[in-house]
Amino acid sequence: MNERVLKRIFWTAGTLLFVVGFAGWWDRIANGHENADYGTIVPWGLWIAMYIYFIGLSAGAFLISALVYVFRVKRFEPVGRVALFTALVTLLLALLSVWADLGHMGRAWRVIANPNFKSPMAWMIWLYASYVAVLAAELYFVLRRDLVISAEQGGPKGRVYRVLALGSKDVSDKRAGRDQRIVRVLASIGVPVAIMFHGGVGALFGVIAARPSWNSGLFPILFLVSALASGGALLTLVIAVFQGGLRESRDTIVALGQLVLGLLLLDVLFQISEYLVAGYGGVPGHVEGLKLMFTGPYWWVFWVWQIAIGTLIPIVILASRRRSNPYWVAGAAGLIAVGFIGLRLNIVVPALAVEEIQGITGAISSPRMVTDYFPALGEWLLTAGVVGLGLLVFGVGEKFLPRATKDASHVSV
Amino acid sequence: MTSDGDHSLLEARASETSAALALDDAAPRVELSRRQLIDHLAKVGAGALATALLAGGAIEAAAAATRTGTGSAPSTKNKYRYGMVIDTRRCVGCRACVVACKAENKTPPGVYYTVVLEEGLMEQPDDRPLFMTKPCFHCEHPPCTDVCPVSATFKREQDGIVVVDYDRCIGCRYCIVACPYGARYFDFGDDYPAVAEDTPWAGVPSPELGQYRERGNDKSPIGNVRKCTFCLHLQDEDGRYDKDAGRWPACAKTCTGHAIHFGDFNDRGSEVSRLLRERQVIRLKEDLGTEPNVYYML
Repeated sequence: MNERVLKRIFWTAGTLLFVVGFAGWWDRIANGHENADYGTIVPWGLWIAMYIYFIGLSAGAFLISALVYVFRVKRFEPVGRVALFTALVTLLLALLSVWADLGHMGRAWRVIANPNFKSPMAWMIWLYASYVAVLAAELYFVLRRDLVISAEQGGPKGRVYRVLALGSKDVSDKRAGRDQRIVRVLASIGVPVAIMFHGGVGALFGVIAARPSWNSGLFPILFLVSALASGGALLTLVIAVFQGGLRESRDTIVALGQLVLGLLLLDVLFQISEYLVAGYGGVPGHVEGLKLMFTGPYWWVFWVWQIAIGTLIPIVILASRRRSNPYWVAGAAGLIAVGFIGLRLNIVVPALAVEEIQGITGAISSPRMVTDYFPALGEWLLTAGVVGLGLLVFGVGEKFLPRATKDASHVSV
Repeated sequence: MTSDGDHSLLEARASETSAALALDDAAPRVELSRRQLIDHLAKVGAGALATALLAGGAIEAAAAATRTGTGSAPSTKNKYRYGMVIDTRRCVGCRACVVACKAENKTPPGVYYTVVLEEGLMEQPDDRPLFMTKPCFHCEHPPCTDVCPVSATFKREQDGIVVVDYDRCIGCRYCIVACPYGARYFDFGDDYPAVAEDTPWAGVPSPELGQYRERGNDKSPIGNVRKCTFCLHLQDEDGRYDKDAGRWPACAKTCTGHAIHFGDFNDRGSEVSRLLRERQVIRLKEDLGTEPNVYYML
């Protein structure tokens, strides 16, 4: 498979998903939450799982870009820019997913205007805002000089670059050196912010004493490691298709593959730790969620989606001799990126799908009062639309993303 | 979990004190200046927040912190502490409370401010089932209110009733997730046929929270989280209920077996206070430290 075929698949998938997404958005806007399958027992579903999935991708991609911009790891320099851009796009998708989930989408501004800082969610929102600001600023200073140079080409594309350059015209080396220093400072600020933001989302779940399956000190850490593994995997896949693709980034892809393998194994270690400690005690509240995940009606989300697709097969590929074949590495990375949607679903749903008060689902006969949750068609379609939009935005943006050329990289990176 | 009467009284008083302390902690917010608010927040370990507040939104946040339910003067702070003592031995499982609540609050399908749980002990033919009616417990330390990102749900200072501000709630459902007792319900916008088909009944507003909202497309409380209010719309201006006048929470008023005892735990002479003193009561999931204001006699 060459790059052209991959890109054609990419654009077709992006367009298709984006278009079917309109049906989901229409259903959400016209009918509110009436057709959604989540209810009172499982109040959060696919959209929240996709939210934490997307911010995980974002935080992971950003933290890997920090290897370039903070720790100056030469090997990953080619992925720096695309990592930042990926982080920005996935963050936008996260926002759309969680926005659709709100009961009153029109009141979303309140979370900024009237925050209750006793709530982990308010912290998450403010950290989200800080993170997106740092991320956008960093990306701007990484690209500034190249944007100015590209703006000089003129034509419609040049005009876009001129807008993106925000009026800057200076292409001097002195100014580029200043950009570099600003980038380093921003990236260094960004690392703790990204950790607080994504770890904070883990805490949002972890602090809930009412849900024993979440209520563990390991949770924020598990979120971070999962973020790194999934974000790294997505990046690997991205550079296999874009920014020169497999042709130019062979070594980087192979190196990223090994980094992702390490992160994935760490993630597995944390998961096993979590399952063992919770499972061994046998405390009903703790075990119910796990039992549901392992042997419940949606066992396949765990065993097939999360474990086989997202964990075992990629580990086998990345640990075997194929680890030095960029095609296989990119494939394994794709499996991880898809498989971690299963992992995110398994974080959100099974812990909720447990009766908090024994017998409460039997007390009322209502489709909203059931432990069974399987995303409704509208939920799937809206999610597809969000993913499709992400692919399109990324695809268009990537066309404008000035490449870090070999000779330019020592100034602009 | 089980404690004898005296113990639970002590416990009740202890929680009263701690509630008072908590309120002292919270109450001065009303007069807090921006500076004080920032100091206060810094003390509780939110230094970063203080910075954020300095940058903006401080006034909004302070304003948010000062809201105290539906028009209470500061003098009525912590005047009552309403709660229930539910005698499971008197409950026959008729579910009249569920229906009365629905009729009173006009809740839509899937939204129940009280439910009756049934524990089937039918292994032996002569075993009787255990019924338990379960409203919101209006906890002394409600985990649901702290997690609300916009302070839309809060515990009213004057009577301890946990309410939701339907005009502020964004419908994120974090409070449903955080409530250990399944007392909160999301209003998905479903309607019973009588409302969906726009019969005259559809135009009758719900007296809930004294707001008399008419049900309409996407209008709050659709898209909000809803919960039991102890029928606070039946309180008089002074915040008092009157059983003889029928101004009493619908479930307690209708209970055929007189299983639901409602009243003010601050009033030592009230029926519920007496029951706490004299009878053995339990509360659910005491280990979570929520200190429900609804007790059960087994």
